[in-house]
Amino acid sequence: MAWAHQDKTAIVGIGATEYYMRGKSWPRTINDMAGEAILKACADAGISIKDVDGFAYYSTAGAGYLDKFDTASLMETLGIPHVGFSATLTSGGGGASGAAGLATAGLMNEDCKYCITVMALQQLPQHRLGVVFGAAAPSPENSFLQPSGLVGPGHLMSVLARRHMHLYGTKREAFKEIVQATREHALNRPKAIRRKPLDDEEYWSQPMLADPLCRLDFCLETDGAVAIVTTTTDRAKDCRHPPALIHGVAHGGTRNWGRAFAWMGMQDPDFASSGHKFVAERLWEQTGLTAKDMDCAEIYDHFSCMVLMQLEDYGFCEKGEGSDYVLSGAIRYANRNKVEGAVPVNTHGGNLNEAYIIGLTHVTEAVEQVRGTAINQVEDCEFALSTGGPASLPVSGMILRRA
Amino acid sequence: MTDNREMSYGPARALPGDQIAITTNPDTEPFWEKAKAHKLTACQCADCGHFRMPPSPYCPECQSTAKQWPDLPGTGTVFSFAICTRNPKNGEEYVYVPVVIALDGTDGAHLVSNLGGCDADDVEIGMKVTVDWNPIKDDWVLPVFKPI
Repeated sequence: MAWAHQDKTAIVGIGATEYYMRGKSWPRTINDMAGEAILKACADAGISIKDVDGFAYYSTAGAGYLDKFDTASLMETLGIPHVGFSATLTSGGGGASGAAGLATAGLMNEDCKYCITVMALQQLPQHRLGVVFGAAAPSPENSFLQPSGLVGPGHLMSVLARRHMHLYGTKREAFKEIVQATREHALNRPKAIRRKPLDDEEYWSQPMLADPLCRLDFCLETDGAVAIVTTTTDRAKDCRHPPALIHGVAHGGTRNWGRAFAWMGMQDPDFASSGHKFVAERLWEQTGLTAKDMDCAEIYDHFSCMVLMQLEDYGFCEKGEGSDYVLSGAIRYANRNKVEGAVPVNTHGGNLNEAYIIGLTHVTEAVEQVRGTAINQVEDCEFALSTGGPASLPVSGMILRRA
Repeated sequence: MTDNREMSYGPARALPGDQIAITTNPDTEPFWEKAKAHKLTACQCADCGHFRMPPSPYCPECQSTAKQWPDLPGTGTVFSFAICTRNPKNGEEYVYVPVVIALDGTDGAHLVSNLGGCDADDVEIGMKVTVDWNPIKDDWVLPVFKPI
């Protein structure tokens, strides 16, 4: 059955700062960057900052790994007169695409009229994610993980990737193709951090940071901020750009995935997966669509291997066939009309090549694709998928539709 | 340039115990008390028999809070693993192998640990392993594993 709020809300504004290599955004502060992204998103939408009256965060309102957004502080500095909605999805980056669904909840409940979702990231030396994981005295729960030396997210993902290789015969060539394909998409993007062609020799010469993953299988460590404005489709008519209609959006997951790689208790087939199957099935049920109906897919890519497992969980290919699927060339923008079943993946270069702002760049790229203003524009793009996570639940996904 | 597909890692070692700390709470402490006595256990529901790790207040199958801590055989199977090359505390070169072990004597409970006693290159999923004991800070003892 179609979702009751289908196409009733839309993303109407997107804004972002420059992207900086880790730590290079200093002496800007995190609220300085967040403010720039919010003001740019409002300008893009054609609304005043004074029209903003809602905040829908994700990552437990985290700004990066140690900072927190606070609605009152943002109101104070930006001059927002009042808010009727201030809420967050829990856990971490898994909520990146689902936050627009939280905004929809606020809009449909008439708590707010223009709702901001924002993420900012500033990795000063003490704020690096790997350091954050490893430096904390382990909690009683984490005392069953941290002593193993699995201290960074890349360590954790590598254990899942290894199981996938064991069960399905996946080879590192598949991870290489994901990195190279999305690198190709970043070559013509002025803001992308990595925009030099990547040949086989360079990939195979990278240090192994957590075997089976090498350095280029890990996403960038960058600073910057991204914001979006969500409103009702009725109000969107007065905005500057055609609205990116929220056609389906879901967050959550199953206990079998749970805390995932912070736990490692999953059994097959969940262990070597992205934990997205539950959200994927909800999206397809909400919309009556399938993976093959997507004109592009902006897939959260903190690690190359997790793109492959999401492609399986969303049904771009069968479970266990992700390697063959990507090696067919199906995820390359250049192959979109050449390879059977091809759907361009991460047309913006993704977290691996453009910038890592905890997943919100995937949402802004999906918006540009359905507006028709993307740099690597897919012709007649009607439906764009974006995802958040794999991570501890919730993970999330969203389908945007051209107006 | 070195081709990273040709790499050889050499011996895998457990991480140095003097760098490892844990904390406990009433739900988890029996696991660590048994480890001090060199006995491997896991949290088992005293009502329905389901194992859960890490130990937690409720059984996810039947919501019972009754726990028991049986002596396990101390053996298991490598479910998955990674190979890491830097000591996480100081960044020095140090080859270690984090492993997820499926514990024998349970209904598939996993324990995350380290594997030593062989070359990292020789570790395989499905390998049979047995527990070893690594003294860590504050007089606690950490279960680690080695091939049988």
